Amino acid sequence: MMGRGRLAAWAIGLAALVALPFVYRDPYHLHILVLILIWSFAYTSWSMMGRFGLVSLGHGGFMGIGAYVTALLWNHLGWSPWIGIPIGMVAAGALALIVGYPCFRFRITGHYFVLVTLALSGIVLQVITATRDYTGGSLGYTPNRAPGNKLFALQFDDKITWYLIALGVWLFGIVVWHWVDRSMARYALEAISEDEDAAAAAGVDVTAEKLKITLLSALMTALAGAIYCQYQMFITPDTVSGIAVSLQMVFAAIVGGLFVSLGPTFGAVITIMLAETLRIGFGTKAVGWDNLVYGVLLVLFIIFLPKGILGSLLDRLKPQRKVSRAHEQEAVQIARPGT
Amino acid sequence: MQAFFDIFDIYLLEAVINGILLGGVLALLALGLNLIFGVIDVTWICYAELVMIGMYAMYFLVQYYGISYFLAAPLTILLVAVLGAALHYLVIAPLLTAPPINQLLATGGVLFVLQSFATVAFGIDFRNLGIRLPVLAFGDMNFSYARLLSFLAALVGMVAVYLFMTRTFTGTAIRAISQDRQIMALMGVDTKRIYLITSAIGGGLAGLAACLLVLQYDVHPFVGLSFGPITFLICVLGGLGNFIGGFIAAFVFAEIISLGGLFSDLEWGYVLAFAFFIVMMFIRPAGLLARRR
Repeated sequence: MMGRGRLAAWAIGLAALVALPFVYRDPYHLHILVLILIWSFAYTSWSMMGRFGLVSLGHGGFMGIGAYVTALLWNHLGWSPWIGIPIGMVAAGALALIVGYPCFRFRITGHYFVLVTLALSGIVLQVITATRDYTGGSLGYTPNRAPGNKLFALQFDDKITWYLIALGVWLFGIVVWHWVDRSMARYALEAISEDEDAAAAAGVDVTAEKLKITLLSALMTALAGAIYCQYQMFITPDTVSGIAVSLQMVFAAIVGGLFVSLGPTFGAVITIMLAETLRIGFGTKAVGWDNLVYGVLLVLFIIFLPKGILGSLLDRLKPQRKVSRAHEQEAVQIARPGT
Repeated sequence: MQAFFDIFDIYLLEAVINGILLGGVLALLALGLNLIFGVIDVTWICYAELVMIGMYAMYFLVQYYGISYFLAAPLTILLVAVLGAALHYLVIAPLLTAPPINQLLATGGVLFVLQSFATVAFGIDFRNLGIRLPVLAFGDMNFSYARLLSFLAALVGMVAVYLFMTRTFTGTAIRAISQDRQIMALMGVDTKRIYLITSAIGGGLAGLAACLLVLQYDVHPFVGLSFGPITFLICVLGGLGNFIGGFIAAFVFAEIISLGGLFSDLEWGYVLAFAFFIVMMFIRPAGLLARRR
């Protein structure tokens, strides 16, 4: 599918990304890059299902579970994140199945699906806050510093190691995105997002297809949460779970463009750079200004540029591809209620 | 008879009654959201944030300007109603033909804006009205006066909306639009005006809820997050746009939260409510009173 030229472009781009930290070592900029890569991975995970009209606001919950399960197992039981991360992912996956199955089995779509998943992320937040004896509640939680083996604890002090880890995870996300993009599941899911009844009549197992992509998306999001926790070494319910995080994922994916593989990454670059610039520009004495500008920009984006920056740019650059992308134009009309 | 009273513990009764009182306010919150959804077919993710702004309005009117509570309440309701109308005019109206999910996400952006606006303008301190209403003792049970007042005011508010919807021309037009939005425009109903009015009423209900909640809870910029999700749960459980379903669901949820809180922390009441919600999604996926579409 991928042309030789595009493959070469990817290879060169990747090589440049891998080489970057060995040439350029400014810790602050590397820190921002690591954050961008981790969040890009989370946003890509979200868009895996978002692009098929399954708009979830529950991903803050999955991310929170990944982060907290990993950290809690490490602190309370001394289990290495190498075991903790898979357990966190399985926990998030199980929750996704528990909530997803009735949703899909009983054809809960559109507003209903969004609100059910919204409630999910809100409740994960409540549970983390409620179990404050173990999780530290809203004050946040810090994984204990490892006394011995850094690799065992998955804790590294230097930014370069983290940059490479984040890059690997991000690349994994992109590869999975392309893998889904080329699979039969993509066609099935696109058919479902356009017309569930017709898809079912054509022999697509609607519930199973939706569950599969949801599970995949939830697992990846939990991984993103765990990696974020290991990198930052400090998590609060508000930074890794809850509605705000879920909305942040949706916005970044939409700002960048849902239907192209690098769209969510592009969204992460834009939103994080914006937030950082605003934060530095306004300083610490005006807490909240950054989010205020951020929120206004997002509303404007959704009103005036719903296909996202990268999506709109690609459309403009390649007018001849418009025809083949007609189905995506359709897919923008996602989550229509009651149809 | 004595055995019955032994089982039917007095604290349990207290929790049950407190649950009913809490249910009144939750039902009011759900009503506003349901109204917007039923008529305009849009979900205001930022609904709880409108309530938060209303709570701040009450705080400043009462604490800062020294206006009496009963004078400040109508002002707050009016202010939030205007906010609701403005939200519709500025954000929803340009997106009416856009995919529904974009409308929903745009109100999500407004959530960010309102939250950070409150942070910038009022700081992150917890503030309260400083009105301490007496506690009503009835036998061995204690009820907060504030809750009783909220419950009654919520009921009055809901009855007022009901009367408006059934007894006035505008109300009838609103209900008609929620049944068929294309035809009503042909029947000479000004859809835009009706949408604006509905948004204002929805905002007004949020304002009323704010006046009542501020009696019981401290206000801070993120207070919306503590009851926003529960409001959405109630609306979904009742069936989006289904007023009576939302009403019943509010009381069911309030009882679960209240009784759950009796045995453990309040947050665990919420967790229980969520577990109940998931179970109900299996049994009645389209809401308590849903007719399958």
